[in-house]
Order: sequence, then structure tokens, then C-alpha cells
Amino acid sequence: MLADYSILLIGAILVNNFVLVQFLGLCPFMGVSNKLETAIGMSSATTFVLTLASICSWLTYEWLLVPLGLEYLRTITFILVIAVVVQFTEMVVRKSSPMLYKVLGVFLPLITTNCAVLGVALLNINKDHSFVESALYGFGAAAGFSMVLVLFAAMRERITAADVPQPFKGPAVGMITAGLMSLAFMGFAGLV
Amino acid sequence: MIELIAQNPFIASLLALVSLGVVFGALLGFAAVKFKTEGDPIADQVEALLPQTQCGQCGYPGCRPYAQAIADGDDINKCPPGGEATIAALADLLGVEAKPLDAVEESVPSVAYIREDECIGCTKCIQACPVDAILGSAKHMHTVIASECTGCDLCVEPCPVDCIEMRPIETSLQTWAWDKPKPPEDLIATDRSGASA
Repeated sequence: MLADYSILLIGAILVNNFVLVQFLGLCPFMGVSNKLETAIGMSSATTFVLTLASICSWLTYEWLLVPLGLEYLRTITFILVIAVVVQFTEMVVRKSSPMLYKVLGVFLPLITTNCAVLGVALLNINKDHSFVESALYGFGAAAGFSMVLVLFAAMRERITAADVPQPFKGPAVGMITAGLMSLAFMGFAGLV
Repeated sequence: MIELIAQNPFIASLLALVSLGVVFGALLGFAAVKFKTEGDPIADQVEALLPQTQCGQCGYPGCRPYAQAIADGDDINKCPPGGEATIAALADLLGVEAKPLDAVEESVPSVAYIREDECIGCTKCIQACPVDAILGSAKHMHTVIASECTGCDLCVEPCPVDCIEMRPIETSLQTWAWDKPKPPEDLIATDRSGASA
């Protein structure tokens, strides 16, 4: 049992990394990786939302859509659930913990439209995950996303100080770096 | 009723989505009332960075209205008392590009001019002039050597009879010159001095 769960986690973090292997959530990956601090803020917010959203969407699917035979409505339902969960969390965090809101606040609404969140919810259904597996898969996906985002942000901070030729400056060299990282992550294929 | 829903996928899907929407809407509406926070946190943070001189040089009646305007998307470079430091702090807070200060008056090149019949010969402006562009001695009237004057207007303040004024230099055929060439674009990172921070 425990071995299954750890394999699921490693698979979600490394082998099927959401950004570099499945190419989900590329928008924040390129957009929020200019500074290490914002990347860390975005990572923690994403981890939070992804875990929560995969739990909530699993519950909605199993308790509402399956009994009514409405499995085909899962995409639109998940969008609704994710948006509400994120919005609600933002309100609660803003009221209860201004400190946490400072760290996560700006990023929470951004994540609502992140395709990685919807991707995790849909993949959980496709792979017939149980409740615990869904939560773990969501967390693993978020952990993989966070790791890659923080690594990439650190690299980009170094690259801005490097002597990059003019035509490759900025996003161009960022794209090339992302491609090389993605190639490197192909090395994890077949690990589990 | 339940049989009807079970047999009609159309009604079932409609009911499910509508009820989901209603429940979520009610939840968010409840949360909006229950977890209401006063004020705009961004405007508060912006106001904390402004110098609180309430001078109105930004065009708003005080620092708080300007903070609100910045939170609503106004430019961050309208605060002369805060200067570059405030602009940098605001740029850091809001994640936008720092801009040069939007000064109210453009600095036009000008020279000091002494209205000589009002001058009492106190020599205070001579002491103030950093480039020795004012000629004269005690109890005698002074005058400005226009070609030496840098237009720093340091001599205006000390004059006890206010006989010094700054006059803009009119562009004449003698003083006109081509604009200076712009510095070349940074081609590579090492062109920038001090880029490796």
C-alpha cells in the first residue's frame, strides 16, 4: 500500500512531471519564473490549490456526477468547483491570516485558470484514483510543478546576469532553457 | 419525481448544474459577507510607502487619494517629495517598471540675471556661486558672467533684495547645436557597466 503511494508520488513529481513532461501549466512556468521569490510564492499557492482542488473535484465526481449518471459533465463541473474553491479559500485566507495572504494572495486568482489544476482533476478520473490517491496525485503534481518552477526561476536569475547574445535575451533563452530541462526530465522515463 | 430525473438525462444534467451553481453562489455570497475585509490592502501598502507630506504635488488632494489612485492603476512617478526612493519601493511592491520622476516643470537651461539698479552690493550671491560667475565687490553692484553661469539658481535664495532672477537661454544661431547622439544600445550584457549585480 505504502509502496503504491510512494510510486504514485514519484511518478507525479518526476516521471510524469506536469510541466516538463505533460506540458501543463506552462503559462505560470514561463510567466512567474523571473524572480525566485515570486516563484516560491506561486509554488506554495499552487501546491495548496492543486491538492484542495483534486480532493474537491473527486468528491463532486463520485458523490454527484456518478450517482446521476452525468460523468460527461465532468469538465464543466470541475471548472466550476475549482473556481469556487479558489475564490472561497482566498476570502478565508484574506480574513483569517493576512500574513499568508501576503504570500499567496496575488497568485490564488491566477491559479484558477491554470490548466494544471483542471488537468489533475481530469486525470484523477481517467486513472480511476481512489480518494487518497487523488489527494496524493494532486499533491505530487504540485510538488513537481513547484520543484521545476523554483529550479527554473533560479536558473533564470543567473541567466539575466550572464552574457547572453542580444537576440536570445529574455524569454528566448528562457524557452531554450525550458526545453533543455524538459530533455533532462526525459531521463526519468521508466523510473517507475 | 426521482424516476423522472433518472429517466431524463437532460433534466438531470440541468438540475445538477443549476443546483451546483446555486449552492456555490450562495456559498461565495455568504463568504463575501462573513469574511469581509475593510479597505483595499494594496492601497494601504502603497500609502505606507508614500511620504505623507500631503503636499498635493501629484495632483491628488493628499497621499491617501494618490495611494488609492495607484492601486487603481495610476502612474507611480508623481510624488516629488518621495523621489526616486519612493518610486523604487512602489515599483518593487507593485511589480512594475520604475520610471523617472514625473517632475512638474521641465528644467530649461537658464542663466541668472541681476537687476543691477536694485543691487545693494551685499556680496552674498558671490559667496553662494559655486562657479565664480558673479562679479562685483562690497557696496558695488554685481553682475553675472552669462557664459560662466551654469543656471544652478543657488544665488537666487541668498539675495536680500530679490534682484536676481533666472532667465531661460533663448536658442539663437550662436547657441544652437545638434542633439547629442544617443548612447548605443546594449548589445551584450558586458556593455552595461555594473550590470553584474
